[in-house]
Amino acid sequence: MSYLLKRLAFYLLTAWAAVTINFFVPRMIPGDPVQALITKQRGQMTSEAVRSLYVLFGLDKNESLASQYFSYLGQLLRGDLGMSFTFFPSPVSDVISDGLPWTVGLVGITTVIGFLLGTAAGAVVGWRRGTWADSLIPVTTFVSSIPYFWLGLVAIAVLTGPGSFFPASGAYEIGLVPNWDWQFIGSTVQHGLLPGFTILVSSVSGWILSMRNMMVTVSSDDYVTVAHAKGLPERRVMLAYAARNALLPNVSGFALALGFIVGGTLLVEIVFSYPGLGLQLFQAVGAKDYPLLQGIFLVITLSVLLANLLADVAYLALDPRTRREA
Amino acid sequence: MRTNAKALTGVIMLVVFVLLAVIGPWIAPFDPSMRSNALLQPPSSMHWFGTTHLGQDIFSQVLAGTRSVVFVGAVAGVVATVLSVLVGITAGYLSGTASEGLSALSNVFLVIPALPLIIIITSSLPETSNLTIALVIGLTSWAWNARVLRAQTLSLRRRDYVEAARANGESTWRIILFEILPNLYAVIASGFVGTVLFAVISEITLAFIGVSDAGGWNWGTVLYWAQSQQALAQGAWWWFVPAGLAIALLGTSLSLVNFGIDEYVNPRLRTRFSMRGVRMRVGFTPVLAKETS
Repeated sequence: MSYLLKRLAFYLLTAWAAVTINFFVPRMIPGDPVQALITKQRGQMTSEAVRSLYVLFGLDKNESLASQYFSYLGQLLRGDLGMSFTFFPSPVSDVISDGLPWTVGLVGITTVIGFLLGTAAGAVVGWRRGTWADSLIPVTTFVSSIPYFWLGLVAIAVLTGPGSFFPASGAYEIGLVPNWDWQFIGSTVQHGLLPGFTILVSSVSGWILSMRNMMVTVSSDDYVTVAHAKGLPERRVMLAYAARNALLPNVSGFALALGFIVGGTLLVEIVFSYPGLGLQLFQAVGAKDYPLLQGIFLVITLSVLLANLLADVAYLALDPRTRREA
Repeated sequence: MRTNAKALTGVIMLVVFVLLAVIGPWIAPFDPSMRSNALLQPPSSMHWFGTTHLGQDIFSQVLAGTRSVVFVGAVAGVVATVLSVLVGITAGYLSGTASEGLSALSNVFLVIPALPLIIIITSSLPETSNLTIALVIGLTSWAWNARVLRAQTLSLRRRDYVEAARANGESTWRIILFEILPNLYAVIASGFVGTVLFAVISEITLAFIGVSDAGGWNWGTVLYWAQSQQALAQGAWWWFVPAGLAIALLGTSLSLVNFGIDEYVNPRLRTRFSMRGVRMRVGFTPVLAKETS
């Protein structure tokens, strides 16, 4: 249990660091972005909304940095991330909660499938080192060097078009109302296939490479030789002896790689106009919508931390040593 | 000596890219921003990679863009490597609170998603140039290497020869610089190459969403214009294929170099050519395993 508590403390520290970065970054923005927005909206903003934006950007010159920081923290705890400039007058929290389910669904499912597939393939390739399986390595190297979004562009160019099964953009048929009937779910799956497949192809090769290298390292260890010498079936040595141990670094690698993968998948959403956080991030960058940018950064970071915690629980289940030390 | 074919291929490809970064803007057949009447033309003998909606020559854009890509990759790589060496070796060699603190710092930077962080910082900066983008990427992407270096240093500092140097009364700095650092060169080099790859992809991604050096070209800006002008819907495949292939080739060359370094550090990863064609049970070579470990 103390292992999990230690991890939890670390994630709280990281969350605090992310919040603090979020507090200081907007203070580099030149000029007065809030004033620009107020002018644009010609007095349609409530004084309360203006006040929350001033706290967010630290433009309240009468307050000391410390008291600005605490009013910022208080505002965050109430779930107030300020007003979005582009989706005015929606609060940032509303905009993000529209996009979050799509991103979590798309990225979550494809990342987990990619990890499982890649790890399984890497185990096989690593076990059969020196055979035809090694020729997969240059291919995966090439694929893992391609940015996710470019692969998405190619997929759109090749696989979509008039009469194609795959739609080129959106998350569901235009005109459908999001609800839980079969027509809508079917349309969602149909729209999610191509972006999901793009993420899968780009992310799977990284897992293959790292699992392959771990397999190769592990399979020349003494206990694997002993297992062979005992005359255990090949399958059993590979799965229960080599792969079981090679898996551990891959699981802890999963937690660390998640940040990179999420960054890449946000771009896939942009390419496919998939209405998740990535597309909102793109719109926010284009419109200099700082509150939305910061809100998205914060939500992504917190989601990644949560996923890391889940990976830790999985590691705990896989590695008995962490339990014994506790 | 057996030459490492993979690493050699990688180095040759890399040299070509660096060469193009230096001479690219001069040998480009056209000014990359110059408009002409040849709008959205497919590849021809005049325009090797075709033209954009404004009649700009895409071949020239890709050539001229190499410089910015290589520059950002190199600067970010150097900044991140210097930081990771400082933090990693210090955290590994020292013990106690300072070490724990530095290690926690690198773990925090590891877990925070790098790309969104880079995006919010660069889009809040007063101005974005290749240099500021490179610095932001470098300052945010040192954590992984610092972690690897810390682990390596931890295992080195208790070795007999380090203990002997300490017993001889050598200063801490001398031990770190002359006893420990030389054993970390391969790890540092591999970390540098990995960071360059990350920096290149980050820069291109930033440019693709519209955060880039004003007025300059890189492969990401080419893709940005292709995307915003609906190149796909118009069937203008030549607009985004060359830049993407350039990214993938540069990435592959960096990965190949890194494979070479990895195999140098960890001999177990080397493919044994004698095993080709014969299906042998892995691990049935205990004598050999003794030698390598």
